[in-house]
Amino acid sequence: MKQAYIFDAVRTPRGRGKADGSLHSSRPITLAAECLKAIRERNNLNTQLVDDVILGCVTPIGEQGGDVAKAATLHADFHQSVAGVTLNRFCGSGLEAINQAATNIMSGQFDLEIAGGVECMSRIAMGSDGGALMIDPELSFKVGFVPQGIGADLIATLRGYTREDVDKFAIESQRKAAIAWEEKRFLHSIIPIKDSLGRILLDRDEHMRPDTTLEKISQLKPAFLELGEKWGLDSVAYKKYPRVESIQHVHHAGNSSGIVDGAAAVLIGSEEMGIDLKLKARARIVSMAVVGSEPTIMLTGPAPATLKALAKANMKASDIDLYEVNEAFAAVVMNFRDELEIPDSKINVNGGAIAMGHPLGATGAMLMSTLIDELERQKKRFGCVTLCIGGGMGIATIIERV
Amino acid sequence: MINYSVNKNIAILKIHVDSRPMNVITKEFLDTLKRHWEKFEESPQLKGLILTSERPEFMAGADLEMIRHITDPLECFNLAMDLQNLLRMMEKSKRPVVAAINGTALGGGFEITLACHQRIALNHPKIQMGLPEVKLGLLPGGGGTQRLPRLIGIEKALLLLLEGRSLNPEKALEMGLIHQLASSHAELMDLAISFIEKNPEASAPWDKKGYRLPGGDVQTPVGYRMFPGAMAKVTETTWHNYPAPMKILSAVYEGLQVTLEQGMEIEARAFAELVTNKVTKSMINTLFYSMNECNKGVSRPKNIPEQKINKVGILGAGMMGRGIAYSSAINGIEVVLKDISLEAAQAGKEYSVNLVAKLVEKGKLTSKEAEVILNRITPTADPQMVRDCDLVIEAVIEDRNLKARVTKESEDVMPKSSIYASNTSTLPITGLAEASQRPEQFIGLHFFSPVDKMPLVEIIMGEKTGDQALALCMDYVRKIKKTPIVVNDGRGFYTSRVFTSYVIEGINMLTEGIEPQLIESAGKMAGMPVGPLSVSDEVSLDLIYHILKQTEADLGAESIDQATYQVVTDFTQNLKRLGRKTGAGFYDYPVNQKKRLSPILFEKFPTKEHGFSREDLSLRLLTIQALETYKCLEEKIIREERDADVGSILGWGFPPYTGGTLSYIRQRGLDQFVKDCQNLEKLYGQRFKAPASLKSLGQKQRYLSV
Repeated sequence: MKQAYIFDAVRTPRGRGKADGSLHSSRPITLAAECLKAIRERNNLNTQLVDDVILGCVTPIGEQGGDVAKAATLHADFHQSVAGVTLNRFCGSGLEAINQAATNIMSGQFDLEIAGGVECMSRIAMGSDGGALMIDPELSFKVGFVPQGIGADLIATLRGYTREDVDKFAIESQRKAAIAWEEKRFLHSIIPIKDSLGRILLDRDEHMRPDTTLEKISQLKPAFLELGEKWGLDSVAYKKYPRVESIQHVHHAGNSSGIVDGAAAVLIGSEEMGIDLKLKARARIVSMAVVGSEPTIMLTGPAPATLKALAKANMKASDIDLYEVNEAFAAVVMNFRDELEIPDSKINVNGGAIAMGHPLGATGAMLMSTLIDELERQKKRFGCVTLCIGGGMGIATIIERV
Repeated sequence: MINYSVNKNIAILKIHVDSRPMNVITKEFLDTLKRHWEKFEESPQLKGLILTSERPEFMAGADLEMIRHITDPLECFNLAMDLQNLLRMMEKSKRPVVAAINGTALGGGFEITLACHQRIALNHPKIQMGLPEVKLGLLPGGGGTQRLPRLIGIEKALLLLLEGRSLNPEKALEMGLIHQLASSHAELMDLAISFIEKNPEASAPWDKKGYRLPGGDVQTPVGYRMFPGAMAKVTETTWHNYPAPMKILSAVYEGLQVTLEQGMEIEARAFAELVTNKVTKSMINTLFYSMNECNKGVSRPKNIPEQKINKVGILGAGMMGRGIAYSSAINGIEVVLKDISLEAAQAGKEYSVNLVAKLVEKGKLTSKEAEVILNRITPTADPQMVRDCDLVIEAVIEDRNLKARVTKESEDVMPKSSIYASNTSTLPITGLAEASQRPEQFIGLHFFSPVDKMPLVEIIMGEKTGDQALALCMDYVRKIKKTPIVVNDGRGFYTSRVFTSYVIEGINMLTEGIEPQLIESAGKMAGMPVGPLSVSDEVSLDLIYHILKQTEADLGAESIDQATYQVVTDFTQNLKRLGRKTGAGFYDYPVNQKKRLSPILFEKFPTKEHGFSREDLSLRLLTIQALETYKCLEEKIIREERDADVGSILGWGFPPYTGGTLSYIRQRGLDQFVKDCQNLEKLYGQRFKAPASLKSLGQKQRYLSV
C-alpha cells in the first residue's frame, strides 16, 4: 500500500454566521475557490495533475447544492480535467474528505487530490435540507433522535459536568484561541478573503469573544431547555436513558460551537507525486476510522473512532502528542478527554469551535491545518483529529509530522 | 337505512341506520350509499346531492362491530378501501355534493363529510365534529389522515388527529373544518340547496389546479420543525406503548408527499395494521364495550326497578365527604353534609362553593344555576338530619369504633328502606356491617380522591349485602355520572389491593439495589401515570405503613410484605419522611423547584449491579398487578372480568393500552404470562406464583378474541 502525504493545508478565516458577518456576502463557491486557488498558488500547482477535488458540505442545497465541489473547482479556474465531488458525513465531512482522498492515494489509483469543505451557514441555514434522520416518523420512533444540544446536555448529565464545568471549558477555549491569534499561530494557513476590488473582507476569526468571562457566560440561558422540557424532546432521551432523572441543560451559545461561514482545503498526494513536483510533505496519514455510536446521545463517537484508528496504527492514546477534538459542545470534548484519560495540555491547545466557530462541512479540514501547524510549532510527532457526527457517528484521523 | 328523495332536481340522502341505536357506518350502510350514489350517477338531470341525517346525530362514527373481530389485515385493508373508493368517487363527481351536518359527526361520519364539496353545519354548541379514532387505538380509516391536513394544513390537523379532539360547529368553522353555519334546520337545507344552485360544478380544493397545502409541505422548514416536535410529544405522552399516534404521524408524513389516492392507500394499510393489533383490540374491548356496559349498569340486579335518589346524607366533611357532596349536588341530589361541628361541615361545603365558582368563571354555569346547586347542600352537626335520606354515605376516618358509632347513630333515624354505605378504602365491609342493625342494607361505596375528578366508584358487597342496596347504589353512582364497578368484600377490596401490589413491588426494587430512577421509569414507561416511588409519596408512606401494620396485626407477619414494611417503618417512624404532604418522602420537595429523588435513597439502598433492563422492570410491575387481579378473580372478589379491567384503568390508571389488568394477561398471551410469572417466581418467590387455575383462564372467559 502506498503512503498518503499532506503537502499543504489552508483555510479561510471564520466569519460570524449571520447577516452581519463579514463573509455573509461571499458565496460558497467563492470561499471554496479561494482555498483552491491558494493551494494552487502556494504550490505552483499545474492543476491538470489534480485527480479530484473532494469537498464536505453538510447542507448541500441551493447555491451549496448540486456538487459544489465541481462548481468551486471551475470557479477557481482549475483545468477542466479536474473532477469534483461533494460528500456529506455531517460534521465529519471535512475530515471524511481528507480520509477519502488519502485512501484513494493509498490505493494507488489516484496520485494527487485536494480535500476540504465549505459551509456558508449565514446563507444556507443549518438543517434546512431536512433529512429522514430528523423527520421521518417511522425511523425516528424506532431510533429516538433528539437535537444534538440535548445529546450534549445528556452527556454532561451522565458525566456529572456542571454548568460551571462546561462554562469554564468554554472560557478556556476563548483564552487559548486569543493567545493563538496573538502569537499568529494560524497565520500560515489563513487565506484572507478579499472583495473583487481587493479590499479585505475578513482576515481573522471573528466569532471569538476573547474578553468574555465566566461570570458573563454564566448568565446565558440554556439553549435546549425549552426544546427539551416544553417540546417533549427530553422524553425521547429518557426513553433511551431511563436511569436519568432529569437532564441538566447546561449548554448554551457560549459553550457550544459557533455558527460561522468558512472553507478549507488540504493538498494530499503520493510520495512519488511529491518528489516529482518537489512538494515538501508536511505530514503522513497514519490511520483513520469512522464508527457508528449510540444515535440518541449522538455525540459520543470521537472516543471509539479514535480508539479504532489507534488500534489500526498499533498505538495507544498516550502516543498521540496533540489532539484536535471538535468543540461541537463543551461536554463532547470533556467526555472524550475523560474517557481516553488525556491531559488537557494535549487537547485543542489553540482553542476550538466554541471560540472560533464550526463551519460544518469545512471544520474537519480546518482542524487538520491547525494540527499540522501546531505539530510543526511544537516540533511534535503524532497528532489526531476527531469529530462527533450527527446520527451517532465519530471520525478520527491520525497523522505523523514528517 | 338511507332515505333517497329528489327536491328541486337535487338528490337528498337522509341517513337513518335503523339497525343501530345511532347512525353509524355499517356494511349495509355502505352498500346502500353506494347504490344510491349509482342511482344519482344515472340521473344526469340532477344538479347535485345533499347528504344529511334523519336523526339528531349526523353520524356517530363507524360501527366497531364491523372491525372488532377482524384478524386479517388484508380483509381490513379492503374494507377501508371500499369506503375510501366510494368517498373518492363522490368527491370526483363534477356535480356538487353537500354535507348538511344536522348533528354530531364523528370519526367515519365526519370523514364522509370531508369528501363532500361543501360542509354546512347546524350551529348548536352540543354538536361535535372531529376524528376521535386515536382514543380507541385507531386512526381515521376513511381518508381522514389525508383530507384533514390537505384541508387545514399539517400542523392544525395533527393537533386534532393525535389528540382525537372534537369541536363544536363554531370552533370547527374557525379551524376551517367546515364552510358555513346554519342557525336552523330549515336554513341548513336552504344553504345546501343554494350552494348546489350556485355551483353547477364543484371539486375538492386538492383536485383544483394550483392547489397548495395550507401551511407548507412536509419537506419544508415548516415540516422539519413540526414533525420532530409532534413525535417528541407522542413519545412523552405514550412511551410508544400506543401504536396509533405513531401510525397517524407516519400516514400524514408519507401520504402528504404523494397523490391523494396513494395517500388513501397508505392510510388504509396503517388502518389495517392497527385494527389487527392486540393493543387496539384491547382498547376497543375495554374502553368502548366494557366501559359502556359498566356505565349502563349491566351488573345491576335486573328485577329491581330503578331507584330514585333524592337525598343523600354524608357523614364526615373531610376530603372525601366534601367531594362526594359536590358530585351529588351538581347532579341534582339534595345533600346533608354532617360533621362533628357545624363549622367543620360548613368548611366542607366551602369546597363546593369554590368549585362551583370556578365553573361560573369559565361560563359553564350561570350564577343562578350555581346558587341552586349550592342550596342543595345543607351542612350540619346534627345526626338527626339524615332522617329522610335515601342513602347515607359514611366518610369518617378509618377507625372501626368511630365508624360503628356513626352507623348506629344514623340507623336510629334513617328511614327503614334506606341504604347505608361506607366509603372505606381499606376496612372490609362485612366487619363494618357488624355494627349495623340491617346488614343487608349495608354496602361499600369506595370513591377515589379527588372525588370530583375521579370517574370510578367501587361498590363493595359485604357478605350480607342485599340486591336492593346494590341496585340503589348503582343508580346513585350513575346519577352522579360516575362509572360503577361491583366487587365482593375482601381486604383492600379490588382496587386498593392491586394498586398496593404496584407500590410494594416498586419498594422491593429499591431494597434490591435497583436505581431509584430506573424504578420510576419502569413504572412510567410501562404506561402507569407515575412511578411507584412517586405514587407512594402521593398516597403517603404512613398510609402504607398503617395498612401494613393493621394487616399484620389482623392476619400475622406472613400476610404482608416485610421488606416494604421495614422500609415504610423506617421512613415514617425513624426518618419522619411521610411523603409529599410533609415535603419529604422518597423524594425531596424543594420549594419552587421540581421534586427530586432524595439522596437518602442512595444511602439507604446502595445501587447494585442487577442486569435488569427498564423493560424487564416494567414487565415485573405490570405482571404483579395482573397476577394480583387474577387472584382477586379466583377468590371471587372480582365478579366480572369487565369490572376488573375498567376499575384498573379508571381507578389507579393501569395503562389503557393493555385493556386493563385482566385483558393484559390475554394481550400478553396466557402461556407467556404464565412464563413471566414463573421467571419472576424464581427470582422473587411466592408472590409471583401463578395459581394453577390460571392456565384455564383462556378457555372460559369472555375476551378470547383478543
